[in-house]
Amino acid sequence: MNGAEFLYGGAVKAFELIINLDPYVMSITGVSIKVSGTATILAALTAIPLAFALSFLNFRGKQGLITLVNTGMGLPPVFVGLFIYVMLVPAGPLGFLKMILTQEAMILAQYILVTPIIAGISLAAIKAVPGPIIETVYTLGGREKDAVITTLKEAKFGIITAILAGLGRALAEVGAILIVGGNIAETGSIAGIGEGLSRTRTLTTAIVSETSKWDISTALALGIILISLNLSVNLLANFFRGRD
Amino acid sequence: MVEDLFRIENLSMSFGDKKILKNINLVIHRGEIFALMGPSGAGKTTLLRILNFFEKPAGGDLFFEGTRLSHVREINTVRQRMSLLFQTPTVFNTSVFNNVAYGLKVRKMDRTAIEKKVKDALTIVGLQGKERQKARTLSGGEAQRMAFARAIVYDPEILFLDEPTTNLDPANVAKIEEIIMQVCDEKTTTIVLATHNIPQVKRIANRVGLLLNGELIEVSSKDQIFNSPSDARASAFIKGDMVY
Amino acid sequence: MISGIFETFINNVLCLNEHKVENILTKIIFFSILISLIAGCVQNTPSGDLTSMTKTAPPPQELVLATTTSTCDTGLLDVLNKKFEETNNVKILTVCEGTGKAIATGELGAADVVMVHAVQAELIAVANGSFINRTYMMYNYFVIIGPENDPAGIKTAKNASDAFSKIAARQSQFISRGDESGTYKMEKSIWKAANITPAGTWYQSVGKGMGETIVTANIKEGYTLSDRGTYLSMKDKTDLRILFEADQTYLFNPYHVMAVNPAKFQNVKYDLAIRYINYTTSQQAQDIIRDFGRDKYGEALFTPAIINERR
Repeated sequence: MNGAEFLYGGAVKAFELIINLDPYVMSITGVSIKVSGTATILAALTAIPLAFALSFLNFRGKQGLITLVNTGMGLPPVFVGLFIYVMLVPAGPLGFLKMILTQEAMILAQYILVTPIIAGISLAAIKAVPGPIIETVYTLGGREKDAVITTLKEAKFGIITAILAGLGRALAEVGAILIVGGNIAETGSIAGIGEGLSRTRTLTTAIVSETSKWDISTALALGIILISLNLSVNLLANFFRGRD
Repeated sequence: MVEDLFRIENLSMSFGDKKILKNINLVIHRGEIFALMGPSGAGKTTLLRILNFFEKPAGGDLFFEGTRLSHVREINTVRQRMSLLFQTPTVFNTSVFNNVAYGLKVRKMDRTAIEKKVKDALTIVGLQGKERQKARTLSGGEAQRMAFARAIVYDPEILFLDEPTTNLDPANVAKIEEIIMQVCDEKTTTIVLATHNIPQVKRIANRVGLLLNGELIEVSSKDQIFNSPSDARASAFIKGDMVY
Repeated sequence: MISGIFETFINNVLCLNEHKVENILTKIIFFSILISLIAGCVQNTPSGDLTSMTKTAPPPQELVLATTTSTCDTGLLDVLNKKFEETNNVKILTVCEGTGKAIATGELGAADVVMVHAVQAELIAVANGSFINRTYMMYNYFVIIGPENDPAGIKTAKNASDAFSKIAARQSQFISRGDESGTYKMEKSIWKAANITPAGTWYQSVGKGMGETIVTANIKEGYTLSDRGTYLSMKDKTDLRILFEADQTYLFNPYHVMAVNPAKFQNVKYDLAIRYINYTTSQQAQDIIRDFGRDKYGEALFTPAIINERR
């Protein structure tokens, strides 16, 4: 079998799996969206107030926190995964939480990875709001609260972009969730048969394991879905950038 | 009987070693158009920013209606009764209506009253019917007029204008000057106009203060300062003989 | 012991007193509970209810099995575990990793039972009290695979170490797993027996699973050591052929299952693990192992340990 035939056959089977809504492939997509989506929502709920605090408040350790956010934007996922793994295993200090090899552990890992990204990009978006805009609020009789609300409105497309960037990163991330989630699927999890469904197997971790099995068509199908998801996220981000 | 609205006593300001304002003493009367005249770099903008509490003066006192302003609470109350128009128009990224209505919303006015007042203010500045247009799509002159409407919509008792006709074409300059005089007459708003434009001062001011190198050289009526200036430097500036 | 190390780490390196540590821990726990609640809410959407709709049985127990890629990737566990799940109302959550990592997962208490193939490492882990009830369930032989024309001429080798020596002498391409797998442990012991420290451009370590290693060897037209099962499951995707096999001394590849010691981790499902271990050596499971792969590959991938002895 030559390479082109191989790729062609893989692509055909990939489209079959997608068009037939193969339960195994769909369950993996579902876990990906759920884990990365939840992590991104939680991260946004932390990161956006944090970005505002860093922009509007003066407190001790603020510069340190900004450095932490900037460093966090480039955290190596495998390290984060390993750290959470040793914390959450039963032998670790947080073992009693029984979170290891669960979706919650994966959400926690991605939350840690995504929060600095959303905070950092939001911070840049807030800083990009011109100073006179905020001063105008005060000249018109507004208070600090009004200044914060106006800044949020002025920076909203930038902040939405930040959230989408975080979501994109979470969806594409593999190092951390592979370690803390374990890439688990139920027994019989074979594409095209669709008995065993994903537990902690996501599009990215499944691509790793399907490639290791050399099941190229399934890996391709998952890759096509992953790229489509990320493409949609990016188109959405572009749409909002255009609105600004 | 003239009423003192704003009084400045022994005000000084410096950035580092550089003295920006030196011992300023000035009284603004209610209902007048007061021109703060002087070349670029004389300290006009800094003085306006101090009077709007964006900068803290190095020394001196501010009195509003005879009350010395020292506490944040007093300053916030006074701010509600003032307005400031920046040299370059600031535009909130929303509709013209929402821009102009801002000061009214901050004051929690009800919707029908807001709609009426916004309509009136837009009529004054010649932008009637543009409520639903996106503010960012306005031309430079229109944006400055919108900012003007936004500044006067809540009937401030005192309106500070910082070079309000810079960068505008003659038609828009004429329109803005007309609006200034109309607002002063009809709404009995006190106007403090910072400008380096001598003909403009001649056209619209009642009283003039000449600021040179951070010093208030002379404060007198328009007729007096242009016909018989008491200071040689004032004379030189007015005749255009000033050597910088 | 590990939690002790962590406490020392937090106390000494972060210079915190115990009171503060508790405080931080409380916050972390609070946060984790919050996350679990939110995630739990999301989880209760009716997506996973397709199977439980039909029967009203109690929700299945879950057993975490940490194992090696060869048992997963060949598909053996899909068949073997299905039977056990059906008769015991259990969901087996299989974590597929290299043997080294599977043992570590069990040692840290994250799994209930492990299925691995690295005798030395297993014995050490049992000796340090991490596992009990180590049970022999099946075996196969490692195979040395390579290009059909066999440039190093290992077909005529006396034994596995002789075959490796020939490859090294010819400096033919050799692709090594280079990870913590049982296969790599076996490879190292063969090099040791041959008294060779493999190094040079001909020897490449990929650090990947067996399947990908075979693919790499195929592209590089090199030799590699593979477990028989994974090779057979990939036979139609590669041009590599088995060139040397059935060396009782070196290439013997036994698989064992063992339970995580409940004395070390109280929360492991020991009873269920024992039931699973007994299942793997039962007539039913051993039959499955004996027949697995015959229809697809024309030969079995693994040999059952028990019924083979009985024969």
